[in-house]
Amino acid sequence: MATTEAYRITERRRVTMTGAEATAEAMRQIHPDVVAAYPITPQTDIVMRFARFVADGVVQTEFVPVESEHSALSAVVGASAAGARAMTATSGPGFALMHEILYVAAGYRLPIVMPVANRALSGPINIHGDHSDTMGSRDAGWIHLYAENAQEAYDDLIQAVRIAEHPEVRVPVLVGQDGFIITHGMEIVEVLTDDEVRAFVGEYRPERYLLDVDHPMTVGALALQNSYFEVKRQLAEAVRRSARIIADVGEEFGRLTGRYYGLTEPYRMEDAELVIVAIGSTAGTAKDVIDELRGRGVKAGLVKVRVFRPFPARNLRDLLGRARAVAVLDRADSYAGLGGPLFAETKAALYGLPQAPVMTGYVYGLGGRDITPEMIAAVYDDLGQLAERARADHAAVAAEAALSVRYLGVRER
Amino acid sequence: MNPSRGAAFIEREASVTLPWTEMAEAGLIPQGGTAARVKTGAWRTGSMPVLELSRCIHCLRCWIWCPDSAVLLDGEKVTGIDYDHCKGCGICAQVCPPKVHAIEMVPEGGEA
Ligand code: SF4
Ligand code: SF4
Repeated sequence: MATTEAYRITERRRVTMTGAEATAEAMRQIHPDVVAAYPITPQTDIVMRFARFVADGVVQTEFVPVESEHSALSAVVGASAAGARAMTATSGPGFALMHEILYVAAGYRLPIVMPVANRALSGPINIHGDHSDTMGSRDAGWIHLYAENAQEAYDDLIQAVRIAEHPEVRVPVLVGQDGFIITHGMEIVEVLTDDEVRAFVGEYRPERYLLDVDHPMTVGALALQNSYFEVKRQLAEAVRRSARIIADVGEEFGRLTGRYYGLTEPYRMEDAELVIVAIGSTAGTAKDVIDELRGRGVKAGLVKVRVFRPFPARNLRDLLGRARAVAVLDRADSYAGLGGPLFAETKAALYGLPQAPVMTGYVYGLGGRDITPEMIAAVYDDLGQLAERARADHAAVAAEAALSVRYLGVRER
Repeated sequence: MNPSRGAAFIEREASVTLPWTEMAEAGLIPQGGTAARVKTGAWRTGSMPVLELSRCIHCLRCWIWCPDSAVLLDGEKVTGIDYDHCKGCGICAQVCPPKVHAIEMVPEGGEA
């Protein structure tokens, strides 16, 4: 088709684009069979661009406009069970509206891929970036990847297809990108050629699917006390197993692009004593702060958590085991839980280490509140003081820090 | 998934004893036909479709639309309703062409 030719990318390009644009471009190159979606800020730009590709005949994807996100994911569940490579995209309250169907997709082991423009949840109404949405459904059985910038949003989406469809995995994958900060921020993104992406994701050949009339099957049978538990146990194991597949796919993607991906990304961790653990775009800001602090002799480091499910507990033990003080930054609160979700789980991962660092948690950036380099520098300052105090009485300081959650960037008085 | 595992699963459906490692993945049942064993008609409530065969033009709309495959066929001719599997939803009566009106939903002494 002529229009298709006009859109073909035959040479790698470095293009200025937003995260949403990069995501739509990745979707065009992946060329899924079915996309069903409902527009919601700040995801709209992703689906709007993809719908235009469909309307212009650039892709032959079946696009299903629906009346809600509950229906969007339901349609995609049906399409995926039927044997299609199916995708949707959502954000904040839309993701929350999918909550029920998230479990269905995971329970039926459908390899659906979904970009999520991470957004705050109401009330009060807020359309800006935080992680309350996906963290709220963290236990639905999906694999969670989080991008640091537009390039990663693009790269992660392509890898997500391979991860989800791997025969040892077959679990839906969501790719989070911070709403507005990444979805609407302009960056330089290296775009692969269409052929490279197609070769990387490969053709989708489901082992079994509903439209295979020669091999009829039942999807969605009733499973009560006698079998539900076993099915969910299978899911848990598949998500656990995916850790190795995610690492392998990240390695293979690295050989293709020079951009290697793992479950976590350590930054200047060789001899780091004061360490921040963070997810998403904030990790990028922290890297700049670290470079600055290193210039002044502060042994600062960062562990970016790229994959939140499966939770990279072993990586975190290895990376954080030698630190003196660790701050975990959560862009979501757990409201009188033991800190935000990342803080709580990071602590759990380090339990029992003989030399566990002092750990403290910060909730920041709710509703898109800025997190500045100065704020991150202040966290490293706090960590320095915490490490000093811990020299005198490690156990007491560690216990107090582990139970305290601080709010970063909120007006206190 | 190994289809034979699914077969074993079905054979033992009355008392599922397979460990999670052996069970058909995602609880899928890799054979058709399970619906035939479940008699939805057992809980049909309210009304049941009654077919007036002499009016039927065998357009097969009811057969296509029936969600429970409860419209019986002989070749390409409708022969009746399988009440063991008819749940009384009334879709067949709705889709039967109005001019033909070969299916009437009639009240049944059900549990409604
Ligand atoms: S009433 Fe419903 S279930 Fe019964 S035959 Fe008609 S369409 Fe099928
Ligand atoms: S829809 Fe009516 S006319 Fe058509 S086959 Fe069924 S009963 Fe006969």
